[in-house]
Amino acid sequence: MSAVVDEHDHDHHADDHHDHGPAKGLLRWIITTNHKDIGTLYLLFALTMFFVGGSMAMVIRAELFEPGLQFVDPAFFNSMTTMHALVMVFGAVMPAFVGLANWQIPLMIGATDMALPRMNNMSFWMLVAGVLLLASTLFMEGGAPNGGWTLYPPLVLQPITVGKALPFAIFSVHLLGISSIMGAINIIATIFNMRAPAMKLMDMPLFVWTWLITAFLLIAVMPVFAGAVTMLLTDKFFHTSFFNAAGGGDPVLYEHIFWFFGHPEVYIMILPTFGVASTIIPVFARKPLFGYASMVWATASIAFLSFIVWAHHMFTVGMPIAGELYFMYATMIIAVPTGVKVFNWTATMWKGAMTFETPMLFSISFVVLFTLGGFTGLMMSIAPSDFQYHDTYFIVAHFHYTLVPASIFILMAAGYFWLPKWTGHMYNEKIGQLHFWLSVISVNILFFPQHFLGLAGMPRRIPDYAVQFADWNMISSIGGFIFGASQLLFLYIVIDTIRGGTGEKVSDEVWEDAAKHGLEWTLPSPTPYHTWTTPPTIVPTEHVLDSH
Amino acid sequence: MKDSISKKNLKLARTLLVVAITMFGFGYALVPIYDVLCEWKWIERDRPDDIKKVPEVAYTVDVNREITVEFLTVLNESTPMIFRTETKQLKVHPGQYYTVNFYAENKTNKEMKARAIASFSPALISQYFEKIECFCFSEQTFKAKEAKTMPMRFVINPEIPAQYKTITLSYTFFDNTERSVNN
Repeated sequence: MSAVVDEHDHDHHADDHHDHGPAKGLLRWIITTNHKDIGTLYLLFALTMFFVGGSMAMVIRAELFEPGLQFVDPAFFNSMTTMHALVMVFGAVMPAFVGLANWQIPLMIGATDMALPRMNNMSFWMLVAGVLLLASTLFMEGGAPNGGWTLYPPLVLQPITVGKALPFAIFSVHLLGISSIMGAINIIATIFNMRAPAMKLMDMPLFVWTWLITAFLLIAVMPVFAGAVTMLLTDKFFHTSFFNAAGGGDPVLYEHIFWFFGHPEVYIMILPTFGVASTIIPVFARKPLFGYASMVWATASIAFLSFIVWAHHMFTVGMPIAGELYFMYATMIIAVPTGVKVFNWTATMWKGAMTFETPMLFSISFVVLFTLGGFTGLMMSIAPSDFQYHDTYFIVAHFHYTLVPASIFILMAAGYFWLPKWTGHMYNEKIGQLHFWLSVISVNILFFPQHFLGLAGMPRRIPDYAVQFADWNMISSIGGFIFGASQLLFLYIVIDTIRGGTGEKVSDEVWEDAAKHGLEWTLPSPTPYHTWTTPPTIVPTEHVLDSH
Repeated sequence: MKDSISKKNLKLARTLLVVAITMFGFGYALVPIYDVLCEWKWIERDRPDDIKKVPEVAYTVDVNREITVEFLTVLNESTPMIFRTETKQLKVHPGQYYTVNFYAENKTNKEMKARAIASFSPALISQYFEKIECFCFSEQTFKAKEAKTMPMRFVINPEIPAQYKTITLSYTFFDNTERSVNN
């Protein structure tokens, strides 16, 4: 790799630096240190994993279509729920946001590239290695891990739940962890050191702000998770007793350590979502973002609170009353900064000259449906009620509402929003709108009935269920199949746009007056391979007007 | 200019790497921190090492109250043993002493060190459940094919709050031969 960089430097003297294009051939994609190439790799990898994890969800919904065992045996079903979660969290949502960060952060802050380009390449390929290692467990004797993505002991340490897969799953978590920590370090270094001199911290677009805070969360909690799974590994193979009751350990300790990581982890997936929504909504409302400074502070507060509420995932473990009360109230406080954000998005749209292109449609439905997911979160924060909701489909409905019509919808919105900028081609708006309407209707058919199932007492992670749950499960599965099939439209649009789209030439701004909102829209479309070799001297401040 | 930026980048990256490594250590530090927090008086918890032997004291027997105590036996991770209780259920008066026998047998041809771990439901009553004698206090050694009948003598402290009517006490035997510190 260093040879290539050297060559690059030699060329530097020989000809004009600005004319540098990408290297030719397949090797370009393997050794690239260009932030746009790596961003593309991350995004395409995440899209692939979205369909892999999605296929697993289809297996789950097919099995749950009717009561009784139809297609798969229970152990494989449990592998599917476990792997679906791990693939979607670590293979799809997180890498997709790192991909967006790679593409957009340098463009938005006027930097030539990421701060540490070679480490950037390494973190992508380590992610691929980690996910392949995880996927390899599917073909092992005893199958992939099937004790749930939380990997709770003692279940996960028992031979019947892991087969030979546990050490592979754990090493894969280590690789994924190292990859995201390197990505996070890179993002922080880029934001702190590579900003155009004209851009102050409080001028930064919110996407950059939310990613900065997310990167700190990643550095703080991914190592804790790595530690927890290492303890599982030594408990299993080296006779330590961190979680083994017979040796004086305590399985509940694992839950504490896991959720100390796990709760910030869910915000790692949602904070960049907030960032993208705060970028898209002002452009289509043709107004500056309402309450820029309060958005920054709300993001920081949510991130801080995420560290002190973890035990609300484990109200039923037998905590002291004082603990239950503390975690209950602390969790409820999170609704305040989150409410500030929802208020600000709504106020941004208020009396705006709104138009409803596909990215805006996805963003609006994000505001509505994420709020719905947030409300069920508030319901579960009430400790005594949570004893009823715990481990039922209610929690499944809750976190899918905060992930699918929130994070996934916003990732789709980001795709529609920035693809024309990146490729210079316009996507097909009609198919985009069709994709949106199919998705937004089917996602509700898919997940809304799960609230009823959960309240009626249907437990999660089971391949079979009592007959009284049959109707809503069938409806949910039908929604699932429509939702799954609709996403093929998105795949089509991405490929079609890259290959030329509608053929319409897009302007540099792409969207009307977008250049008022962000630096990236002042660059040519498609974005040249090298950008901001001279940093911009004027930064758009429309998005921060309110705060000055 | 370019050099100074890459130096700054490396410096920041190193600092952040140190933070990441510290957090890895913090994950491990949570283990002793957890133990310390669980010792705090206001945190009422049911932990294996909390169930200690207590001396036999005479309580006033509360004959007007009757609490049902259920006994469960569990073998974990297919521990090669037979383990059962001779009494499945008992109606007791707080303050009165009772003895219940448990039967355990090593099915293997090798010596086995096994540890029984108790668990209560509801969890918070463990402080009122006083054991004078129990096979769960320490690790048990079973010779090859050895069978034992083991007594457990207990009393329920009459101060137990009135809302508790049924107590379930579950013992899980773990094969501890490989991780035993008493070898």
